[in-house]
Amino acid sequence: MKAHLSRRYLFSASHRLHSDAMSDDENRVTYGKCNNPYGHGHNYRLEVTVSGPVDASTGMVCNLVDLDGFVEREVLSRYDLENLNTLKEFSKKVPTTENLCVEIFEILQRGFPQAHLERVRLEETMMNSFEYAGGAEPRK
Amino acid sequence: MVYLTRKAEFSASHYYHNPALSAEENRRIFGKCNNPNGHGHNYTLEVTVKGEVDSRSGFVVDLKQLKEIMTREVLDAMDHRFLNKEVPEFLTQIPTTENIAIAAWQRLAPKLQKAQLHRVRVHETPDLFVDFYGEP
Repeated sequence: MKAHLSRRYLFSASHRLHSDAMSDDENRVTYGKCNNPYGHGHNYRLEVTVSGPVDASTGMVCNLVDLDGFVEREVLSRYDLENLNTLKEFSKKVPTTENLCVEIFEILQRGFPQAHLERVRLEETMMNSFEYAGGAEPRK
Repeated sequence: MVYLTRKAEFSASHYYHNPALSAEENRRIFGKCNNPNGHGHNYTLEVTVKGEVDSRSGFVVDLKQLKEIMTREVLDAMDHRFLNKEVPEFLTQIPTTENIAIAAWQRLAPKLQKAQLHRVRVHETPDLFVDFYGEP
């Protein structure tokens, strides 16, 4: 039997939305308050969904200790309490939550083979959230 | 096609143990969850059904009936129970959130008439949940 397992994590980070491809005026118009040169922060809520057959011996899709350990090591310790603009993945890309969501999906895709990665959902605030399923339609 | 979701809560205790494995392996795989005296959670059961909206009633499904089915089939069996000892499915399977979602699906699916079961979501905590879509 195939099941989907989702786990939520929290981290806090700051960012500034500013594109070098745009003029200062365009940046202000496009990003509004998010273009403030000193940046601002969010408490991000990350939701990771993996899927796979439920192992008959353990009753699990994957061991939560492995998933938690991987996310802690490769995602949370990388982004929590950091300024996203200072990280190399955002040296040329704007650290929008769209781009951060794709980045986290790719980290998991590359490094966590224990279960099939279905999607990453990232809430920037309680009012907005982003989902990426590697190009597939996220399942409802 | 319209999707309708109903939530319910139940509280239960469980522990994870596979008698086919050694005591040491059980401790290594299941960690704290292997404590034989069990521990508990407030679970949330979220049932999503799908169907066409009935032109007379305006309903996909009668919510009162859906609530009764959820109560009778799942909550009466699992609420305030020690899952390993009191729920037949878990005499032979480990009551992980995955297996609870599958058991809930198998209990509910045959009892739903007009609407079709789409998804069973079981939250073990606000930060951990499992979705089952009836896939083999």
